[in-house]
Amino acid sequence: MTESAPAGPPAPPFRLSMLIYDRQYRSLTIQVVVFILLMLLVSWIVHNTVLNLARLGKDINFSFLFNRAGYDIPQQLIPYDSDDTHLRAAMVGLLNTLYVSLLGCIAATVLGVVAGVLRLSNNWLIARIMTVYVEIFRNIPLLLWILIIYAAFTEITPGPREYRGENAREMFLGLFAPTNRYTAIPSVIAEHSPGVLAIGRIEIPWLAIMGIVFFIAAIVLRRWVNARAQRIQNSTGRRPTTWWINLALFAVPPIAIWLIFGLHLEVPELAGFNFKGGINVDNSLVALWLALSLYTGAFIAEIVRAGILAISKGQTEAAYALGLSPGWTMNLVILPQALRVIIPPLISQYLNLIKNSSLAVAVGYMDLRGTLGGTTVNQTGREMEGILLMMAIYLSISLSVSAVMNIYNNRVKLKER
Amino acid sequence: MSTQTLSPAYVRSDMLPAAAPPHRQEGAISWLRDNLFSGWFNSLLTLLGLAIIWSLVSHFWPWFAHSVWNANSLAECRQIIAEKWGDGANGACFAVIRVRWHQYIFGFYPRAEYWRPILTMGLLFVAIAPVLFSVNASIRRWVLAGAGLLCMVLLAVTASPDWSVVLVWLLFAAALLLAEYAPGRLLIVTVFYPVLAVWLLWGGSPWYPFMLLMGFAVGYGVSALVPRGMSAATGIVVTVLWWVFRAAPVAGLVTQILPLSLPAIQSSVFGGFLLSVVIGVSAIALSLPLGILLALARQSNMFIIYSLAVVFIEFIRGVPLITLLFVALVLLKYFLPPGTNFDLILRVIIMVTLFAAAYMAEVIRGGLAALPRGQYEAADSLGLNYWQAQRLIILPQALKISIPGIVGTFIGVFKDTTLVGLINLYDPLKGISDVVRSEFAWKGIYWEPFIFTGTIFFVICFSMSRYSMYLERRLSREHR
Repeated sequence: MTESAPAGPPAPPFRLSMLIYDRQYRSLTIQVVVFILLMLLVSWIVHNTVLNLARLGKDINFSFLFNRAGYDIPQQLIPYDSDDTHLRAAMVGLLNTLYVSLLGCIAATVLGVVAGVLRLSNNWLIARIMTVYVEIFRNIPLLLWILIIYAAFTEITPGPREYRGENAREMFLGLFAPTNRYTAIPSVIAEHSPGVLAIGRIEIPWLAIMGIVFFIAAIVLRRWVNARAQRIQNSTGRRPTTWWINLALFAVPPIAIWLIFGLHLEVPELAGFNFKGGINVDNSLVALWLALSLYTGAFIAEIVRAGILAISKGQTEAAYALGLSPGWTMNLVILPQALRVIIPPLISQYLNLIKNSSLAVAVGYMDLRGTLGGTTVNQTGREMEGILLMMAIYLSISLSVSAVMNIYNNRVKLKER
Repeated sequence: MSTQTLSPAYVRSDMLPAAAPPHRQEGAISWLRDNLFSGWFNSLLTLLGLAIIWSLVSHFWPWFAHSVWNANSLAECRQIIAEKWGDGANGACFAVIRVRWHQYIFGFYPRAEYWRPILTMGLLFVAIAPVLFSVNASIRRWVLAGAGLLCMVLLAVTASPDWSVVLVWLLFAAALLLAEYAPGRLLIVTVFYPVLAVWLLWGGSPWYPFMLLMGFAVGYGVSALVPRGMSAATGIVVTVLWWVFRAAPVAGLVTQILPLSLPAIQSSVFGGFLLSVVIGVSAIALSLPLGILLALARQSNMFIIYSLAVVFIEFIRGVPLITLLFVALVLLKYFLPPGTNFDLILRVIIMVTLFAAAYMAEVIRGGLAALPRGQYEAADSLGLNYWQAQRLIILPQALKISIPGIVGTFIGVFKDTTLVGLINLYDPLKGISDVVRSEFAWKGIYWEPFIFTGTIFFVICFSMSRYSMYLERRLSREHR
């Protein structure tokens, strides 16, 4: 482009006043001033911190992470006891954070999509109910919902013993038993278990690994099958039917595993004072999960509704005019456009959910804030290191989620000039 | 023409009344058929909806219907319910609200001084009415009248001194008169509101906050004297210098001449909705300008400014608010000179403001990005400089686009003020409720305080979202 620029008058010689009055130099001046001020601020803070730490006789040292933690964590995804290090306690907390966030994101998405679609339904009653749900949950603080749901679980539900005897309570669907300490849910048991993969003290059931591997393989194969169908369609004009292959990819492995290893549900049963068999999920997790899902679901419902409303009716009509079936219309015309509107705000809702999961401290669910930022900091007195480390972990979770989602977002984005 | 001479046999000279629509297209039956039972799936959904409503109502209505408003403890409530509705009956015990509502609203603020927060709230409405409802006089009238009425009711139920009632009467009479005849003048209240609010709530002398506000006037005055190009920088420097070196001595001098003083109130007694609203309103008011500056910085083509804005915004948005509050509680004392210890509420306000500003910046950046490039080019071609272009052309449009997001952020900030309960302040949800429950008489009371505080939050947040819809409609230039 340089050759097309007309040869302007020669640049005037530099004068000192140009640092202020010339637009180009002024931006340089501003940046230098800001940079100096920033450096001054940073050095002031560092200076103060050093002074304060010296006054208190402290230093910055992360070796406390390798000392014995000495406190128990009720919910743990990896083995942990009070003899383990603070680092492992932090790991347990981090995994708890990720666990409740993942469960929350899934439930909130399902709830949000259903509520968002139903809010646009022709059914007057259902649309009103969904509006009430969305408005109530969006306009009342999340902390209140967490506390209410937790109180509902601890105050209203019966003790485990009330599920026994003459006028015993019925279990919900015969499978779930909410009690005032935990909710007993059925677990999946294999008759001929292939055992576990032990990495150190962490034990991962082979079944879970197989399930994940098959699922990923199914996704990869499905893409390949669809690409092949597309190739054939492009060269011959006829698209081979693929739906039964795709269905088989996802349905056959689980059914095969189910049959080969003799999987069955183990329903919790009352033995003594507590439920045995199945899994006893702590009420703090259930309450936090429900509150996060219901709250975020309301926001996602609004996003989904806006996304659907953003696609004009003409698009559907145009697709019908081209002879596309309703299913293809949805797949090829509506969803790609609606997702483009829905995905970015959806990402920020997921991030909000992850960050909001730090409210777990209100119900005593030991997440990252409860372990590293809570008990560890209180026990070791290393608030500076603990809090900064916790913030760094949250920051890296947020940044990596948004990075992954941004890649996806860039792929579905409308390409403009 | 021959047709003119022919007179028709009969011409109707008056209109026939409109015929009734076909029988099946009107009335309740047809509405039901269209909206509730238009197919088997819809009918199923309707029945499901009815079942949900029925199960909610049948569970909660007896509880509400049996509620007790006059009792001094939870046990007494239960006794009254058992006497009245038989053993095993459930009932709400709203007596706790009747007995302790003032704590939910004012925290531990001294009872004799309740008129001060109430007057501050009244003034808040007077201050924001000319800004929020600058066009529609009738809405402004109703908002002011409603706020005045609310103040009167609150003053009456808190048994405030008679002169404070007279003061509020006069204030609102004056405000209503001004709003009718010279709404622009009400903006004077808006400008001085921060000083008034700080003075009324915390007491002491009003002159120090007043002198801080004066810093802006001094900076502006000086910047008008120096030549263009340097003026903005000089203004900022003079303002900061005034704050650091001159505000306190001048305030001391004026206090000696004109001692206006209210009994000082410690921050530690703030609680309940007073605390939430103080934090929420300050953070909301401060985060908008800060957010605009950050958004502009993120759009800037000066590398250092741009990267600073990106780092700040991404950092704040990447961590949960509760960790920032934790920093305010625990770490801030490390970052400041030894021995500095300033008010926890002020620290929290600063943190919440920074938090809100980062979100605000992203919302406004969306608005800026949505503007067509032609708008920027048009501003350039008119010869406007950067700030003129932003002020006159870019920002009015960008902010209009971002109204829903901005108000959404405001609502989020106000809801997030409840998190201060987790750093040992007395927020209405957790802090005050824990205090109430720690008394033996109200041990084990959960639902009634939740419903009370939840309702107030809902009313405030819902009104904010309705206001945003009103503003969007008012500013809309399409579909006229």
